[in-house]
Amino acid sequence: MANNNSKVNPIISLKNVSKWYDDFQALKNIDLEIKLKEKIVICGPSGSGKSTLIRCLNRLEAHQEGQIHVNGIELHEKMKDIDTVRQDIGMVFQSFNLFPHLTVLENCMAGPNWVRGISEDEAKERAMSLLEQVKIPEQADKYPEQLSGGQQQRVAIARSLCMQPKVMLFDEPTSALDPEMVSEVLDTMVELAKSGMTMICVTHEMGFARQVADRIIFMDEGEIVEQNSPEEFFNNPKSDRTKGFLDQVLS
Amino acid sequence: MFVDTVVEDKALHKPAFLAGLSITVLAIFFAFNFTNTIFGEFLSPVIGNPEESGFFGRLAVSFVLTILFVGNLLLISFARLKIQILIVWLELFLLFLAFAYSFDLEIAYIFSGQPSKIGIMISKGLFTTIYISAVSIVIATVIAIVGAIAKLSNNGFAYAIASFYTSLFRGLPLLLQIYLIYMGLPQLGFMIDAIPSGIAALSLCYGAYMTEIFRAGIQSIPRGQWEASRALGFPFRLILRKIILPQSIPLIIPPTGNQFIAMLKDSSLVSVLGIWEIMFLAKKLGAKDFNHLEMLLTAAMIYWILTIILETIQARIERKYQQKT
Ligand SMILES: Nc1ncnc2c1ncn2[C@@H]1O[C@H](COP(=O)(O)OP(=O)(O)O)[C@@H](O)[C@H]1O
Ligand SMILES: [Mg+2]
Repeated sequence: MANNNSKVNPIISLKNVSKWYDDFQALKNIDLEIKLKEKIVICGPSGSGKSTLIRCLNRLEAHQEGQIHVNGIELHEKMKDIDTVRQDIGMVFQSFNLFPHLTVLENCMAGPNWVRGISEDEAKERAMSLLEQVKIPEQADKYPEQLSGGQQQRVAIARSLCMQPKVMLFDEPTSALDPEMVSEVLDTMVELAKSGMTMICVTHEMGFARQVADRIIFMDEGEIVEQNSPEEFFNNPKSDRTKGFLDQVLS
Repeated sequence: MFVDTVVEDKALHKPAFLAGLSITVLAIFFAFNFTNTIFGEFLSPVIGNPEESGFFGRLAVSFVLTILFVGNLLLISFARLKIQILIVWLELFLLFLAFAYSFDLEIAYIFSGQPSKIGIMISKGLFTTIYISAVSIVIATVIAIVGAIAKLSNNGFAYAIASFYTSLFRGLPLLLQIYLIYMGLPQLGFMIDAIPSGIAALSLCYGAYMTEIFRAGIQSIPRGQWEASRALGFPFRLILRKIILPQSIPLIIPPTGNQFIAMLKDSSLVSVLGIWEIMFLAKKLGAKDFNHLEMLLTAAMIYWILTIILETIQARIERKYQQKT
């Protein structure tokens, strides 16, 4: 791999990973290494395995072949410390998945207070500062359903960040939003990238990819077809499948 | 139901409907023939001796009854919704009383004796019924939580035991379960009194029904809630306690309330074990002087009032949970 620097330990590494849903192979021999502070954008047609791939990284899905290491810990069926691994990986979903019975503030305090063993006061302070970072401190006492989609997604980002994760995973975070709300979420993500967070984003927002990504990965039919820096990826795509895909999303 | 902002005319205010209704009602009153009742006597100035009034008398009585009935409906239809509901409730209740009155009962019998029969029903019977139901409801709820989790788990033993349990206890008549527990356990060497076996039977039976209610409630929480909690690194028990169950409770409460109400009434079945609850006392007190119906009606009214109280509490709890989300 062009970007592989053997001196830096990768925070996430996948070796020859394959995954099946029953008979259907959703991931085919994936090799991938992601370094601390790297920003990766994954794109590809619908059904190409993007969600499956990033959901394997915190073991929301199980892989059947190959090895996945996160933070030096191998993910497998019998592991005892999956919760600890997950606490260090934030995840933002297409459908927000906020806890509807908790206020915005309680959504953000839950993780630190319940599993990080942080006092309620401290958790509240941290939650408020992150709600300020995503620019909605004034909504703290509302319930999720009283917020717009864009606001909910920013709360979801704040909720993940409250755990002070080492890596953030995003699965099409803007696909469920009305067009006018996409940019407020993307702005939040750009700022997060500037702060040095390690990010793996599944998205079709090519402007965001160009601006933020260190590396763009193109997937099709469960395989990584091509990966490259944004300039190379957009200006000089190697495979025909990438060209076809870019024609569609950029037109 | 969610009411539309455009309303149709009330059916009662449409002439065609009104005419059709009147004819139908007239036909029904005519068919049942009320000439030889109190109504015939009222009309005797017009139709003469009701016994001999023949076709004309029968028609006249039906006609007057129809006008009273349809006129009543028409009048009520102009009232506000709340008043409408109140009036209809009252009228139906009066009809019910008239029905009971027609049994030719000796109402004083209920209040006779020292202490009075109704006093015994309330001080002994009501207390026992509430005690048995309340204890059974608490135990059934605990069983249901455990059963629902077992049914949703991947553990083969837990699933098998839970599904065998629900199948068995939903599959046998409650009365049979009461007998089996009361007479079966002593065969195994466990001596068990009537009240504990009644409570055991009610708890196990309703625990089985409620297991299914709780399971459905837990299952209807979207997958995304589990995924978001797992992604935050929450352990299983925490997810269940803090995320899933709190969201299931508003879904579980209405059907569970129905189970509570049903159980209160099914507790009457333990009267077969000689427990002095409402039903048993009603039978016992009425049997002495062959005034069965008086005491059974008393029991009926006590159960009904208890149910209304439970329904009110249920409605309050439901409203409270609806506000919160
Ligand atoms: N739970 C599942 N069961 C069976 N097949 C699945 C499941 N989830 C995803 N798939 C299949 O795996 C493939 C990849 O899905 P996914 O990773 O969601 O694609 P993408 O996110 O790139 O659109 C699709 O063909 C999809 O139908
Ligand atoms: Mg997807």
